Amino acid sequence: MVARRLADESVQPAKFAFSAENAKWAEWKIGLYPAGRQQSAVIPLLMRAQDQDGWVSRATIETVADMLGMAYIRVLEVATFYTQFQLQPVGRNAHIQVCGTTPCMLRGAGELIEICKNKIHHDPHHLNADGTMSWEEVECAGACVNAPMVTIYHDTYEDLTPARFEEIVDAFAAGKGATIKPGPQIDRLHSAAEGGRTTLLEKPTAKREKFIPPAPPADAAAPAAAPAPAPAAAQAPTTAAKPKDVSEESAPALKGTPAAAKVSEAKAEGERKATNASAKANGKPNDAMREGAVGAESPAVQDTGKASGEKKSRTIIASNAPAAKAESAAPAATPLFAAPAGAADDLKLISGVGPVLEGKLKALGVTQWSQVAAFTEADIAKLDDALGFKGRVTRDEWVKQAAALAKGGEAEYVRVFGKKPR
Amino acid sequence: MLADKDRIFTNLYGQHDWTLAGARERGAWVGTKEFIDSGRDWITNEVKASGLRGRGGAGFPTALKWTFMPKVNDGRPHYLLVNADESEPGTCKDREILRHDPHHLVEGCLLAARAMDAHTAFIYVRGEFIRERQHLERAVEEAYEARLIGKDNIHGWDLDIIVHHGAGAYICGEETALMESLEGKKGQPRLKPPFPAGMGVYGNPTTVNNVESIAVVPEILRRSGAWFASIGRANNTGTKLMCVSGHVNKPATFEEAMGESFKDIIEKHCGGIRGGWDNLLAVIPGGASVPCVPGEKIQNAIVDFDGLREAGSSMGTAAIIVMDKQTDIIKAIWRLSAFYKHESCGQCTPCREGTGWMMRVMERMVEGRAQKREIDMLFEVTKQIEGHTICALGDAAAWPIQGLIRNFRHVIEARIDQYTYSSTSDGAVPSIAAE
Repeated sequence: MVARRLADESVQPAKFAFSAENAKWAEWKIGLYPAGRQQSAVIPLLMRAQDQDGWVSRATIETVADMLGMAYIRVLEVATFYTQFQLQPVGRNAHIQVCGTTPCMLRGAGELIEICKNKIHHDPHHLNADGTMSWEEVECAGACVNAPMVTIYHDTYEDLTPARFEEIVDAFAAGKGATIKPGPQIDRLHSAAEGGRTTLLEKPTAKREKFIPPAPPADAAAPAAAPAPAPAAAQAPTTAAKPKDVSEESAPALKGTPAAAKVSEAKAEGERKATNASAKANGKPNDAMREGAVGAESPAVQDTGKASGEKKSRTIIASNAPAAKAESAAPAATPLFAAPAGAADDLKLISGVGPVLEGKLKALGVTQWSQVAAFTEADIAKLDDALGFKGRVTRDEWVKQAAALAKGGEAEYVRVFGKKPR
Repeated sequence: MLADKDRIFTNLYGQHDWTLAGARERGAWVGTKEFIDSGRDWITNEVKASGLRGRGGAGFPTALKWTFMPKVNDGRPHYLLVNADESEPGTCKDREILRHDPHHLVEGCLLAARAMDAHTAFIYVRGEFIRERQHLERAVEEAYEARLIGKDNIHGWDLDIIVHHGAGAYICGEETALMESLEGKKGQPRLKPPFPAGMGVYGNPTTVNNVESIAVVPEILRRSGAWFASIGRANNTGTKLMCVSGHVNKPATFEEAMGESFKDIIEKHCGGIRGGWDNLLAVIPGGASVPCVPGEKIQNAIVDFDGLREAGSSMGTAAIIVMDKQTDIIKAIWRLSAFYKHESCGQCTPCREGTGWMMRVMERMVEGRAQKREIDMLFEVTKQIEGHTICALGDAAAWPIQGLIRNFRHVIEARIDQYTYSSTSDGAVPSIAAE
């Protein structure tokens, strides 16, 4: 918290009035909020007043309070709470707000503050000798990748060096602030990397490629191609068969409608049509059917031809894809390791292994935690190549995780890592 | 690494026209009518399938949040409140959306409003974003003029968008403080319950979402939730705007897939660490409120919600603040303490008093003018602030200090030793080590 007080009585003006243009704007702004909620406009109005006069005086606060039907104290609270409101006169030419928070500090905001102290006034919120300039240190102004930066009036001046900042201060002091171009002061486009952006080099278009969900290839291939132990082969397809992408959730039309909703579906359909008709007539959205939305809205979706057509095509893609991809993925699935006897473990408990990777691992002959736990560096390198995830095994510490799981299952994992697996 | 065709924010750097005409060329407002016609559940389910988690810091599933809105309209209006009060130190991603891709947000508001039965959306922009707000206001105007939003628009779902702004209070980024501020009061957080979905702005059901969460929705619907879900790891799907600031060679904001390693991201987009990877001291990976991670631990960490949690920190807003070995880490964290002290709203005692207290102790530790036992005391006090306040600002103020003590205790101790040594070797006050 910062203690903020109104300026001394000696500098307070006797009265405040919005200019004609601003008064009209204020009326429009107040009208945007719901009836009886005009108090919402207090911050925008105070800000407009500050833009007009440079700071917020007692008279401003009282005028705004009268306009909005608020008690003076409520507006005073707002004016003192929000630190962007200047409660004392600021420099005629510029009030410089230097961001001093850590990201700017790391890149040299301290030097900028020194310059302000030397060139303007030793203390913040004080006018310089001829009343043209003042400064303050503000908290993060939200341009951290362009640090260090200052805000002057409506504009930000970013990527400053002490030398460049001195030039800017001098220009404003001389009343030539308009000659300085706002934004980054070095060779970069807004927040792109200096010297040329690293992304978005292609020209964007309005075209969108249809997304074809990646099928779980190795999983589907596992039973056919890999002479993996029987239990693994039997298990693999069960996880693989579940399409990760177009789930029931994404296509509500496919979803088995809850039993309760089914009973009333015919009734709901009838009601929906009736209310839709009446809704169309009076131009209001159909609110009557918001209850029990699942039953009521899913059939409604099918009514709109295009939407349901799109959904169907997506479904087709999803169901075709595994079969199509299975063959192409098969060669990759020659076992690298000798699968041990015994039942396969749930490799998915290793953080970093999902259903797809598990399928691949099983196809490669890795079926048990103890195998993973005993991996040598060479094994890991071999596996990295086979999986095409360089560094995944070490990065996610599979060996350590698997060792815990092999030793004592989930309980041991929780003991070692302090959380449940997955 | 993400390909350009998979990027959502195609005008991130303002290299193209940001107005409606330009946005349409890049694919905005295509198919919106179909999505609206497909209904509330379809939109919600598609977003659910995408696995989108809130982009404002907490990472709560967006679609799930929408479902908290009342299913039955009891006569009170529903509100969508977009949180564009981006004030977390290190974070400047929403700024790029507001000034360069505002139509993503406007279109997203319409779709999200449909998904929660709202006919009014408020966008609360932080007061410092003046030019950004002007762009957004213009974009909203354009949308009204083209009858994309407003009463009786071409999409068949009435929506009014009101662009509101704050005046420099960090705390207004907290959702209940945001609502207080929108109502024209001091931004002091409210107790929960009642939750915003039941009693929000003006006592009506309200959902608060981050700008980025809303702005990605149109593209998710256009390309399908499965597309979004196919990027990144399970539970950490999609693309994310990341802002890298501090001691990298080229700080930048960019959109990248979740689940890439920290090292790859920095090498590709920011030209590496200043002075090389051996010169990396620490990283604050998610905006000021998350604990810092020592350099050697972060290098191979995966940048997504789970990956950074495993590294002992948090994804936050994906605002990565990098510090090299020339940094005075104690001073860097002290500056954050000063920030929280400045931004505490003053409502809860542990935070109002604690943030100032912590800042003053940290100030002495920067010099080394402290006792070693005070390090433990400071840690203890952070624990007493954490979790004892209405909102999370108390926690946010405590975590950076906890991260410092956990990872850089030796630096603090060395500083204290140095101070003691200097003061005694000068022969001025041999018996007084500190204080």
